[in-house]
Amino acid sequence: MTDAMKKRLFGVGAVTVALAALGVIAYSNLGDSIVYYLSPTQLLEKADAQDAVVRLGGMVVPGSYKWDQDTQVLEFDLSDTEQQVHVVNAGNPPQMFREGIGAVVEGKLQADGTFHSSKVMVKHDNQYQAPKGHETEGVYANPTLDGESS
Amino acid sequence: MNPFSISMLGRGLVLIALLLATTGSFAGYLAGSRRDRRAWLYARNAAYGFSASMIGANLLMIYALVTKDFSVKYVTQVGSLATPPLISVVSLWSSLEGSILFWGGILGVYVALTVWSLGEKHKEFAPWALHVLLAISVFFAFLIASVADPFHYVPNPPMDGPGPNPLLQNHWLMAVHPPMLYLGYVGMSVPFSLICAALLAGRFESGWMGPVRNWMLIPWTFLSFGIMLGGWWSYAVLGWGGAWAWDPVENASFHPWLTGTAFLHSAMVLQRRGRMRDWTLVLGMATFLLTLLGTFMTRSGVFNSVHSFTQSSIGPVFLVFIAVVFLYSVLLLAFRSHLLDEEAEQVAQSIGTRGGGGGRSILSREIAIAVQNVLFAMFAFTVLLGTLFPLIVEWTQGRQLSVGEPYFDRWGLPLGLGITFMMGVGPALPWGRHDPAAATRRLGPAVVVGIVFAGFWGALGYTKPFTLLALFTIGFALWANLHEFVEPVWARMKARQEPMHLAMSRVFVRARRRFGGHTAHYGVLFAVFALALTKGYRAEKDFTMTVGETVDFDSYQVTYAGYENVDEGFRTAEVANFHVVRNGREVGTFGPRMNHYPTQMQPIVTPAIHERPTGDLYFSLIDIGTNNGGQKVVVRMIHQPYQMWLWFSAPIIALGTLISLWPERERGRSASRSPAPHVVAGSAK
Repeated sequence: MTDAMKKRLFGVGAVTVALAALGVIAYSNLGDSIVYYLSPTQLLEKADAQDAVVRLGGMVVPGSYKWDQDTQVLEFDLSDTEQQVHVVNAGNPPQMFREGIGAVVEGKLQADGTFHSSKVMVKHDNQYQAPKGHETEGVYANPTLDGESS
Repeated sequence: MNPFSISMLGRGLVLIALLLATTGSFAGYLAGSRRDRRAWLYARNAAYGFSASMIGANLLMIYALVTKDFSVKYVTQVGSLATPPLISVVSLWSSLEGSILFWGGILGVYVALTVWSLGEKHKEFAPWALHVLLAISVFFAFLIASVADPFHYVPNPPMDGPGPNPLLQNHWLMAVHPPMLYLGYVGMSVPFSLICAALLAGRFESGWMGPVRNWMLIPWTFLSFGIMLGGWWSYAVLGWGGAWAWDPVENASFHPWLTGTAFLHSAMVLQRRGRMRDWTLVLGMATFLLTLLGTFMTRSGVFNSVHSFTQSSIGPVFLVFIAVVFLYSVLLLAFRSHLLDEEAEQVAQSIGTRGGGGGRSILSREIAIAVQNVLFAMFAFTVLLGTLFPLIVEWTQGRQLSVGEPYFDRWGLPLGLGITFMMGVGPALPWGRHDPAAATRRLGPAVVVGIVFAGFWGALGYTKPFTLLALFTIGFALWANLHEFVEPVWARMKARQEPMHLAMSRVFVRARRRFGGHTAHYGVLFAVFALALTKGYRAEKDFTMTVGETVDFDSYQVTYAGYENVDEGFRTAEVANFHVVRNGREVGTFGPRMNHYPTQMQPIVTPAIHERPTGDLYFSLIDIGTNNGGQKVVVRMIHQPYQMWLWFSAPIIALGTLISLWPERERGRSASRSPAPHVVAGSAK
């Protein structure tokens, strides 16, 4: 092994170790920034769901939408066709919010079974389409784009 | 099918491009390995031919879009009879197939410019560069010819189409943001090819580093512009009143910017001191790989993002290509870089030193750049981890999650401030020397200026600790860079009795590339300044207002004057008008609106912004109350202090690039070297 190769091996080794260390630190740092996506069924299945902030995705049930413009509180039901959860959102709906669309809310499940959220995100899409079943995938606007309520 | 239909012609051009890229890449290989002049000439002509047919295919698609030829599949996806011609042109990049075609067209432009700029120079490297660049072109031509075929023939053309995504036709910035970003992304294939060429040729004398660095600088500048315009678009269109949200697709453009910036600096160390060579090569290659990853992230629909409005089957194909490029890069570095060592050894013997002479010293510029490089690499790595983490978890555990802003902020803040600080330290330190007294003499005043600068803003009421820290680093870096210009000008004026303008222009001409770099630093400082203040002092509130009602927000009194309907032909809009008064003085009327496009169900909300140097007042409609006769409107008002300064950053960076790249006059090269005369530049001078 030549000197140059030893040097290079040492360099590659050092960079790998540094990256690994950084990876571990960054990973342990992710903790409280991680928010899980759940469907209403998954949310109700989880017994401990009340403790954590989660994102709940589903379809806004037609007829369930209530918005008080003066108190700026929004209420609606989110459904994945099997289960549905009543959502109380402290804040106004985002621009494209309406019944029948796919939406994601971020918040906590309360002991009384309602979901208190502080953020609503809606699906941005060319064509209108209702989400199917458990599907929480798709094209959601970034949380801060539409949803943030102060 | 009509043999002269646009579909046929378009497909023909794409297939010709594919053929030319394939044979040209092969010819480049022959020309490189056997020094075959005929092969070289063929490779060059094939490259020009590839460019011409790719650009031709793009023009053809634009023609089809403008004339609304619905026998072309892509036109049926994004065209509509109601779309105005200019927006038809823009819709070339409004959806997947078109944007890949556009990508190919820009690649064509870069290929032609690369061949042209290499000319008959750099004979050892040029064929290899073409070999790699055209191999990349093969992939994109193949993509356009197969999975992302925009020219697909529609046998029964529809009468009309849906028109482009309304978010894209809602603002003029959409006409410039994607092309800028593409010019940045696609252009990174050129420095990658040039780096591969050095490894393939087994040589890396410093004459080659010049073109490599310049070819990195050009797409890097476009990338800077593209990122900034993307932020501006988000701010002016999306209505949440911010420019950056750590969205995966935003991050995708940020990764290559970080590694590219690191490369531009470490390449200087390589040129001057012959150090950090492999690291620099890795950064250059990683930058290209990260642009590919970015395209994959944007275009494959794996991320939930406002950008991924198309989901498609090109994801897996792209992933394979990324894997191939990655393997190729690793193998090339593993098996070829020892050749560069041998070359460096010979050069070192011939000039009697190793690596440019001089020992290691803590307070030298190369060490400052090494520190800066580590910070940049850490930044890129942590952002990449946060961006990819949700994907990794979904693939391995089947759970969906997202990584929020707190993670990115927690890393971005210290690293960003560290980088800003190093931006002041680097230029103040000499190459290869350790001179604590000089360093103190230069950096001491900068520290004082930083403290005074932070104190000034603190006195204005901006007293949050991290804002003050950011302002300190800005003041520090600003002075440290300015000083590098002011001091020699002052010295000339004193020593030679020159008038100021003459001294300034002479100092400037002597070290133009350096001052280009400093100018880019000023641009970045503008961005850091705006980000520090908007991040710390943004104010936002939702108001429910009836006609005639007045509310206080920030230092403004805002009155709702009612709403009106506007018909603009291709869209209609409801505009709510707000009268704004500040300190008893009339400011104006602002009309945030809801735009309705005939082919779209959902209205698009467009904010109205009152822009001032000290801060923006931003209106975004939440509900116009059409169901209660417009009596009650719900509007979000946001105050973004010093937002405007962010938009200045990219033009200033571009100015710096222009200063650096402006062709030198004959006399130039030796005079533009570092003013420290004893520094012998580079390992292979």
